[in-house]
Amino acid sequence: MSGIPHDHYEPKTGFEKWVHTRLPIVGLVYDTLMIPTPKNLNWWWIWGIVLAFCLALMIATGIVMVMHYTPHVDYAFASVEHIMRDVNGGHMIRYIHMNGASLFFVAVYIHIFRGLFYGSYKAPREITWIIGMLIYLMMMGTAFMGYVLPWGQMSFWGATVITGLFGAIPFVGEPIQTWLLGGPAVDNATLNRFFSLHYLLPFVIAGLVIVHIWAFHHTGNNNPTGVEVRRGSKEEAEKDTLPFWPYFVIKDLFALALVLLVFFAIVGFMPNYLGHPDNYIEANPLATPAHIVPEWYFLPFYAILRAFDSEVWVVMFAGWITGGIIDAKFFGVLAMFGAIAVMALAPWLDTSRVRSGQNRPMFKWWYRLLILDFIVLMWAGAMPAEPPYSTISLIGATYWFAYFLVVLPLLGVIEKPTEAPATIEDDFKAKVAKSAKAAK
Amino acid sequence: MLKKIAISAVAALTLSAGGALAAGGGEQHIEDIAFSYEGPFGKFDQMQLQRGLQVYTEVCSACHGLKYVPIRTLADEGGPQLPEDQVRAYAAEMSIYDADLDDDRPRTPADKFPESGLETAPDLSLMAKARAGFHGPEGTGINQLVRGMGGSEYIYSILTGYTGKEKEQAGTTFYENTAFPGGWISMAPPLAGEDVEYADGHSTSLHHEAEDVSAFLMWAAEPKMMDRQHAGFVAVLFLTILSVLLYLTNKRLWAPVKRAAKEAAKEA
Repeated sequence: MSGIPHDHYEPKTGFEKWVHTRLPIVGLVYDTLMIPTPKNLNWWWIWGIVLAFCLALMIATGIVMVMHYTPHVDYAFASVEHIMRDVNGGHMIRYIHMNGASLFFVAVYIHIFRGLFYGSYKAPREITWIIGMLIYLMMMGTAFMGYVLPWGQMSFWGATVITGLFGAIPFVGEPIQTWLLGGPAVDNATLNRFFSLHYLLPFVIAGLVIVHIWAFHHTGNNNPTGVEVRRGSKEEAEKDTLPFWPYFVIKDLFALALVLLVFFAIVGFMPNYLGHPDNYIEANPLATPAHIVPEWYFLPFYAILRAFDSEVWVVMFAGWITGGIIDAKFFGVLAMFGAIAVMALAPWLDTSRVRSGQNRPMFKWWYRLLILDFIVLMWAGAMPAEPPYSTISLIGATYWFAYFLVVLPLLGVIEKPTEAPATIEDDFKAKVAKSAKAAK
Repeated sequence: MLKKIAISAVAALTLSAGGALAAGGGEQHIEDIAFSYEGPFGKFDQMQLQRGLQVYTEVCSACHGLKYVPIRTLADEGGPQLPEDQVRAYAAEMSIYDADLDDDRPRTPADKFPESGLETAPDLSLMAKARAGFHGPEGTGINQLVRGMGGSEYIYSILTGYTGKEKEQAGTTFYENTAFPGGWISMAPPLAGEDVEYADGHSTSLHHEAEDVSAFLMWAAEPKMMDRQHAGFVAVLFLTILSVLLYLTNKRLWAPVKRAAKEAAKEA
């Protein structure tokens, strides 16, 4: 499977040979686990394992909850309370599932931003990146629909607001919204289809994850230097790499244990910290909450959605040039999806031939600003849509687009990169020597 | 850059609770009470829950319900933990419509508490989780990390936050309350102090009654809190040991690789 030369599985016993000639599954697993991995991967490379673990955790806890949950507007809220009060261990399973979504998104954001810094999206890993973006989009869809299932106030009103976005599409918006909801408003039909899709999508994600892993197993991992593994011969490759098992499996498991330590402290001692109290009130179509706020992981994009109100000149211009077809609401929707689209297009927007941000002195600052921007947008998304927050959101949204559409293309032309280590082996040696010196 | 990502992760966790924004305008005053169940090692105070149940039964239940709370859980360990016969007697004092009998019958421990009797009175089963007392600073919710969500504090502050001022609006009387979003609540002051008589001789001042019933409602909203904290504690302990073992395994696994790299670096 891998493009880096390494030892392949050799069936030894008669039985192994018998299986291998019929179904080379052991070989597949062996080659996947023994993939040559750059020696110099740092701790930012552990989040893939955390993400795989999250997916398994969410599917496992979710399947158990489905056994006790009732997808009906009259019973959904009560059935969640049934899980919390009557089902053996149900309260833990639900809190793990609830907070598991947050862990999933913490991990995916760090994973994405790691890729953005070390240039993991660049050739030849564009397909890995695109598949990753698809997984991220599906995760958002799954999380959104899952949040509707407890049928609390935020579930209902969040669903109303977000599905309302589709209504903003000119001409076909309203029929699409009705089709999505299964009726004129969020109701039982909506709950049922969201439940069905919330169960389905994780398995689609699991399939995409296999393709994601397949893709980067073919190209080999990126690494902090961005320098490729030497693949002239097996001996040469072995100077730059170590097999995934056991070296990186153990390292990743250690990191996973630490992450889970924090996770279970949150589940055990403050499970509702990341949630919204209003979701413990049963959905009521007649009472709108004073403040409808999505879950934290949607906030940066929610801020971008709301940033473009009718006072902004680009919105006015878009409205004027399209004869009013693009209004502020539709513009906001386009901006929100556009914010993710420009990120997906990073491989083609980034003109720099240097892969890793380590060797790009100017890029580093713009990248840091992007992280700050993401945090500010997250905060602004939770605030009311009024000045000064709307202005802050607008500045944040502008920078988000500017980073991908202006900074990345321009930097590649004007920036003078520093020299990267000649080989991964050199980088690894330097790192070991440095940490040994630090230890003294 | 590593630091930036670390900060972003922390901020992601903390900002998220920005979702827990105040539900309306006005300066709310929420009293921070040191309840016995706060913190990782906190426990419900059984006697306090029993007193709170008494306040709920004699005062709150006139209008409010607890429709998600099964009566049998009053006997559960870690809760008010009433003896089984008392729970049965308590249940029997409330009636329920039985479709099979086409008539009312006394409740049994297997039934739940009644719903709210007054239509405008919200159900209290989850009230202690449906409100957050603390939100700041700047809507980030960071102080919840220190003080907790403040659900029971919110209830306590409502019960003790009446200023005595009233106003009429569209035929409804509103009472000024320093804890309620907007400052005016339609619930008349339910407690004045000495509303009940505690069997254990505990003080029945307004402050104590409010504290007791707030604690009881926290239990009603989160009856498995002790189990959860125990599970959390075991998980954290287990993962600490596992982390140490994996750290040592990892260190030993990589030692020869690093030694070779160091020697090669020296030669060069």
